[in-house]
Amino acid sequence: MSDTTTSSPPSRRSGLNLHVLGPVLALLALIALGAALNGNFLSYGNVTNVLARSAFIGIIAVGMTFVITAGGIDLSVGSMAAFVAGVMIMAMNAMIPALGVGVPLIIAGMGVALLAGLAAGLVNGFLIAKLGIEAFIVTLGSMGIYRSLVTWLADGGTLSLDFAARSFYRPVYYDGLLGIAWPILVFALVAILGELAMRHTPFGRHCAALGANEQVARYSAVKVDRTRMATYVLLGMLVGVATIMYVPRLGSASGSTGVLWELEAIAAVIIGGTVLKGGFGRVWGTVVGVLILSLIDNILNLASIVSPYLNGAIQGIIVILAVVLQREGKSAD
Amino acid sequence: MKRRDILKGAALAATLVATTATTSMAQDDSYTIGVAIPSATHGFMGGLNYHAQDTIKRLEATYPNLSFVLATAGDAGKMVNDIEDMVATRDIDALVVLPFESEPLTSPVQAVKEAGIWVTVVDRGLSVPGIEDLYVAGDNPGFGRTAGEYFAANLNDGDNIVVLRGIPTTLDNERVDAFTAAIDGSGVNVLDMQHGNWNRDDAFNVMQDFLSKYPDIDAVWAADDDMAIGVLEAIAQADRSDEMWVVGGAGMKEIIKRIMDGDPQLPVNVTYPPAQISTAIELTALGLVSSTPVSGRFIIGSQIITPENAESFYFPDSPF
Repeated sequence: MSDTTTSSPPSRRSGLNLHVLGPVLALLALIALGAALNGNFLSYGNVTNVLARSAFIGIIAVGMTFVITAGGIDLSVGSMAAFVAGVMIMAMNAMIPALGVGVPLIIAGMGVALLAGLAAGLVNGFLIAKLGIEAFIVTLGSMGIYRSLVTWLADGGTLSLDFAARSFYRPVYYDGLLGIAWPILVFALVAILGELAMRHTPFGRHCAALGANEQVARYSAVKVDRTRMATYVLLGMLVGVATIMYVPRLGSASGSTGVLWELEAIAAVIIGGTVLKGGFGRVWGTVVGVLILSLIDNILNLASIVSPYLNGAIQGIIVILAVVLQREGKSAD
Repeated sequence: MKRRDILKGAALAATLVATTATTSMAQDDSYTIGVAIPSATHGFMGGLNYHAQDTIKRLEATYPNLSFVLATAGDAGKMVNDIEDMVATRDIDALVVLPFESEPLTSPVQAVKEAGIWVTVVDRGLSVPGIEDLYVAGDNPGFGRTAGEYFAANLNDGDNIVVLRGIPTTLDNERVDAFTAAIDGSGVNVLDMQHGNWNRDDAFNVMQDFLSKYPDIDAVWAADDDMAIGVLEAIAQADRSDEMWVVGGAGMKEIIKRIMDGDPQLPVNVTYPPAQISTAIELTALGLVSSTPVSGRFIIGSQIITPENAESFYFPDSPF
């Protein structure tokens, strides 16, 4: 029922559907290539490393899927992550005398990160949905604002979490449950909830409707402003979640934290088959897109077959190929 | 009425110009120095900004007849605008510039020089030689060579190392070439070199991949302290801290602290001081207020920091 209202022609293809299979095939090809090039590629340690470091971009990219499906864009997420990390570190350092180093401090730090992410998302969403300013412009502006705010907060250097607090907090990135690292578990949970929300809730359907045609959505009694704002708030909160996972890794934030994360997140969403113009999105595709991006990096480091100067070019080629692979199915109709 | 206001305004402006002109002519031994540097977007530049501000504050207190204009730019275009503004509106007598990029800054700085203003260039050279009156820089080949010599002296024939390079630039090439030359013939194997882009996160990822790829690594040249922090974390996660030591570079205070404390994983560091901007500003000021000759090239040697001398390189107040 919902499928008919979202007007998504690619989802109804018979036989071999490259639009659906494209990213999965690209991912499988990369895994095969990696395994052929280096025996350690499929080792537990390497798989854990790659999945854990994908988690930051991945969690953000799940939120980005909703924003893009609803016809928006958010360029500020990388800077926002750096800013939220900076605020979180400063807040935790400031709370140590009151709370001591322990579980309450970590919980308080997480709360600060979520609130800061929520507030940042709310500002973006308000300017875009309520004041009607172009999303590209608003988030381009906030990208610059958050980046300079974190540089300013760090006085041009690096904000570091207190050493004792960091040792206590460190397991949140490095430990896990049943041998699976926490960031991987959180990423999986966010992705599953995101997929459910996109497919089976009114919110997901409204996002697609809004991205496909705003006027029609408005006449169909979709609360356009509220839905649009909700996508940015959701993304902001997920940036907060990603930061909660990121801070225990290196315990620091600086002006160079999260540089280009926004583009990686957007690329992952598009590789995964979400339409950049809006109207159709799929969260599981985004997850595949994130894995493709981080695997390329990992394979290039493991193999060193090309000049490291060309790593970016190889990445670009594979990104474009992954998208071409799924476009072929679409151009047939 | 309106017209009269305008006239009044014009008269006021004319008086103001006249007074400022007379005051600046009255003290003709006063000088203005313009300082144009990249903005504080990462650790090293943060340190450089700190030292620039610190030096300016101190010199203004020492020499009442000196005043400074400090501009920080996030890209080459803005830096050119800043410099043009300094010449046009602040009437500078000397310019201290750390070019954001060599090529685009060359002709604007040349124009400053042709206007009869003293030019001091810091760190990154211009692409045409002979424009600047004074050149102050760290020693990039020396930075690589000093580290390389330490590796050659402290590793055995057949030991394995990995190298993390910076952002692909000529500066990075100079360092790596000198490093490679210094370990040449020592029997030390370079297993791999990848770009960590002078960034903690990138270095962390690259080092994780190195650790998956190579079971036997004896030492790491991280070439920068930001990268060294990411590398150390990756090694700790893989639980291989006992197997290898790491040499960073540039003298970040956290790293210097650990060297002072005798951390076995961080035996030494190689300097590439962000305080070189202080040397440049100080020498420029000295050239203006005294008859000390300061033109020429001033290359600040890359020194090796060991637990014994680390204290003199430790600046706890600097952000870097």
